[in-house]
Amino acid sequence: MAQDNAIQAPEVVSESDELIARSIEQEYRWGFVTDIEADAAPKGLNEEIIRFISAKKNEPEFLLNFRLNSFAHWQTLEEPQWPHVHYAPIDFQEIIYYSAPKQKEKLTSLDEVDPEILETYEKLGIPLQEQKMLAGVAVDAVFDSVSVATTFKETLKDAGVIFGSFSEAVHEYPELIEKYLGSVVPYRDNFYASLNSAVFSDGSFCYIPKGVRCPMELSTYFRINAAETGQFERTLIIADEGAQVSYLEGCTAPVRDENQLHAAVVELVAHKDAQIKYSTVQNWYPGNKEGKGGIYNFVTKRGRADESAKISWTQVETGSAITWKYPSVILRGDNAVGEFYSVALTNNHQQADTGTKMVHLGRNTRSTIISKGISAGQGQNSYRGLVRVAPGATNARNYSQCDSMLIGDKCGAHTFPHIEVAGPTGQVEHEATTSKIGEDQLFYLRQRGLSEEDAASMLINGFCKEVFRELPMEFAVEARKLLGISLEGNVG
Amino acid sequence: MSFTEQHPEFLKAAGGPDWLGELRNAGIARFAELGFPTTRDEDWRFTDVSPIRQTAFTPAVPAGADVAGLLQGSGGSDWPGHHLVFVDGVFTPDQSAIGALPAGVRLGGLADILAATPELLQPHLGTGAAVNGNPFTALNTGFIRDGAAIFLGDDIDERVTVNLWYVSTGATANAVTQPRTLIVVGRNGNFTVTENYVGPGDACYLTNAVTEIILAENAVIDHTKMQLESETAYHIAAMHVHAARDSRFKSHAITTGGAITRNTIKAQLDDENIECTLNGLYLGHGRQLVDNHTCIEHAHPNCNSSEIYKGILDDKARGVFNGRIHVRQDAQKTDALQTNRALLLSDDARVNTKPELEIHADDVRCTHGATVGQLDEAGLFYLRSRGIDAETARGILTYAFACEAVTDIESQPVRDTIEQLLIGRYRQL
Repeated sequence: MAQDNAIQAPEVVSESDELIARSIEQEYRWGFVTDIEADAAPKGLNEEIIRFISAKKNEPEFLLNFRLNSFAHWQTLEEPQWPHVHYAPIDFQEIIYYSAPKQKEKLTSLDEVDPEILETYEKLGIPLQEQKMLAGVAVDAVFDSVSVATTFKETLKDAGVIFGSFSEAVHEYPELIEKYLGSVVPYRDNFYASLNSAVFSDGSFCYIPKGVRCPMELSTYFRINAAETGQFERTLIIADEGAQVSYLEGCTAPVRDENQLHAAVVELVAHKDAQIKYSTVQNWYPGNKEGKGGIYNFVTKRGRADESAKISWTQVETGSAITWKYPSVILRGDNAVGEFYSVALTNNHQQADTGTKMVHLGRNTRSTIISKGISAGQGQNSYRGLVRVAPGATNARNYSQCDSMLIGDKCGAHTFPHIEVAGPTGQVEHEATTSKIGEDQLFYLRQRGLSEEDAASMLINGFCKEVFRELPMEFAVEARKLLGISLEGNVG
Repeated sequence: MSFTEQHPEFLKAAGGPDWLGELRNAGIARFAELGFPTTRDEDWRFTDVSPIRQTAFTPAVPAGADVAGLLQGSGGSDWPGHHLVFVDGVFTPDQSAIGALPAGVRLGGLADILAATPELLQPHLGTGAAVNGNPFTALNTGFIRDGAAIFLGDDIDERVTVNLWYVSTGATANAVTQPRTLIVVGRNGNFTVTENYVGPGDACYLTNAVTEIILAENAVIDHTKMQLESETAYHIAAMHVHAARDSRFKSHAITTGGAITRNTIKAQLDDENIECTLNGLYLGHGRQLVDNHTCIEHAHPNCNSSEIYKGILDDKARGVFNGRIHVRQDAQKTDALQTNRALLLSDDARVNTKPELEIHADDVRCTHGATVGQLDEAGLFYLRSRGIDAETARGILTYAFACEAVTDIESQPVRDTIEQLLIGRYRQL
């Protein structure tokens, strides 16, 4: 008997290899295309296209100027090369910059929404129908850049919360848009932020007035549908003094052979004592197992936290062929708090270069970074972060932890944290570990009678627990499921 | 006159075999192509070398300054082993003290060995430190002339200890020295080396040093570098290490001098079962800038590496640390550990830290930790509660913080000298 056991132990390795191989063959489950007539701009990018987009949306002049300035600046920029990702150069003239589902007349209720669109959402399992809304989630669904329906608007309105599509907000609250647009991510910020500022088609807008605690969790669902379209959405969330809001964002895209570009900008403004919690579950199409196709997800997300405000980013990144995003917090006011919790998974040929920036400007500011990277197949996963304590940011405190797990011997995990500290009162701590899934832990669970898959699932979920518990409950369940599906074979 | 303009004249004066001429030409050509780095280069982002670019440096002319006095001041005159002294980059036998050497050991000035037995140098010189990356290394290669050359043959039982003293006299204004050190340790060799740079208090000069170290199978090297240059001088140094199977390399880099200091260390673990330790301590005050870049390349399985870098910065000093660990796909069972800690003593001191782990193998354990902060309040309180005044308590804790980075130095006299230096600096805080 003893001999048998001795022989079995090494077999665990080969068995798990097999499971990995199986998981790599996992197909993308959300790969269906909705056939609806799209109202799209011609391919390419020039001033005309920008004027076309702006005219199409009947935008006020300040916004057109903002777009034109951004475009002029974008033309002076070069595509960044520093991220640890590799891809063929993007031809920005081959992209359709505007695509909207053709709208016959003004929609007054959900019944008038194109049933095909609703069906798409149903397949995705979004509770868009009002009766399903008992789940308590208000959805601003963005379908190829234009918001098609917004639910729970009335309930929110009673609380004084403005939540809707960006284009609507431009018409209804132009003074808010003019005041805040580009205030956190200026159009000169970086290559993709400039591009987005020039061509963004729609997105979500949210304003929580002074002292209001948003009565429900807000949610946007993004989906890229038409072929060869880039999705350039723009999200702006403003929490006025003492306000609180939790915002969820989820993404999926159908299977396409070509690579699609997604360059979004998210700006958060948390005024004095306000709190914003922003959660993302990103499941864009990651490309097939040979690394063909998939979304290029180049996103700029940043929040500004004033005095005693708190901004918390939580992200679960399982999709996209390439992810390039660094949700950041500018801790501008005294006692502001910034948090970043992330799980990034790369499988097959996926590449992720993601992390955060915490810029401490105010006194007694605090930030926490917990990042978990999982690499499988031939995935490449990089954490890149910055913690800066500026002169004058006395008693700033940061704690960072980056853990990476490697599954299989063809993947990579990389860590590039930058720490810049001025002055003697700041405390910055950074820790990082990289290891493979624990052979002995697997063995322990196996000898307790758990199947290989359950054991691996338990270990991976345990590895990510610190991040999952920051997610709102429904999202935590979804995230766990997604992780399971993305790594099927390893996770039960 | 720029370096490229000086080069033809240098070649004429320096002479030497053809292969060396080619190597020098390749170096200067590469430097002409790269130019001085700017802060737009990722590797030099926080280290602005424009003061070096803007100064017209001329080759140092060795002068009869008080070399003995400078050496005395550095506190290393009683260290055991052979002493090789270089004045303004030129090997000076009268100041040196070389004792009896075991059979199979050859050491001396690079220029002398080059004149006598160039075939000894040819297979190694320039192979460890390639000229393609760092412009300063290319520049040094362009101007190879003198420095130290040390060869230990295979299977020498005795431990060999050598101290290298690179003394800048500051006699020539804006002088530049570009010493080259080549150390080749054969199979089963056991070698201790200190590499020391000293200069007079207020001189402005540039030291651009390149050190190549090659370890054969099962060789052991304990390397310590003390940089005690003038605080108005510039010190740029690159050390390239190639380690073979079962070898052990340990290095400690202590930096206290220099207006701008840049240490680049690249350790290439070329085979299995190698142990590599890179420790460092940098002390900055005034407007000093100290930059340490280390890179450990794990290319094969079963190698361990560990790094502890500590910095103490006061006044307006700036510290930069970049620690790269690259684990290739074949390098399974790698165990790599890196720690970087910085202590900021003043409001205007700054540190930029960037540990980089790039890992392509799965069965590895790699950790790194970086902290930046101040002295532990509880520790201070404890000492104060024992009747020690705040200043002294601060000094004791600072001293203790620094000591961790140097306790691993094997030579007791070297460790003592460094500890004395720390006591002189921090116990009176």
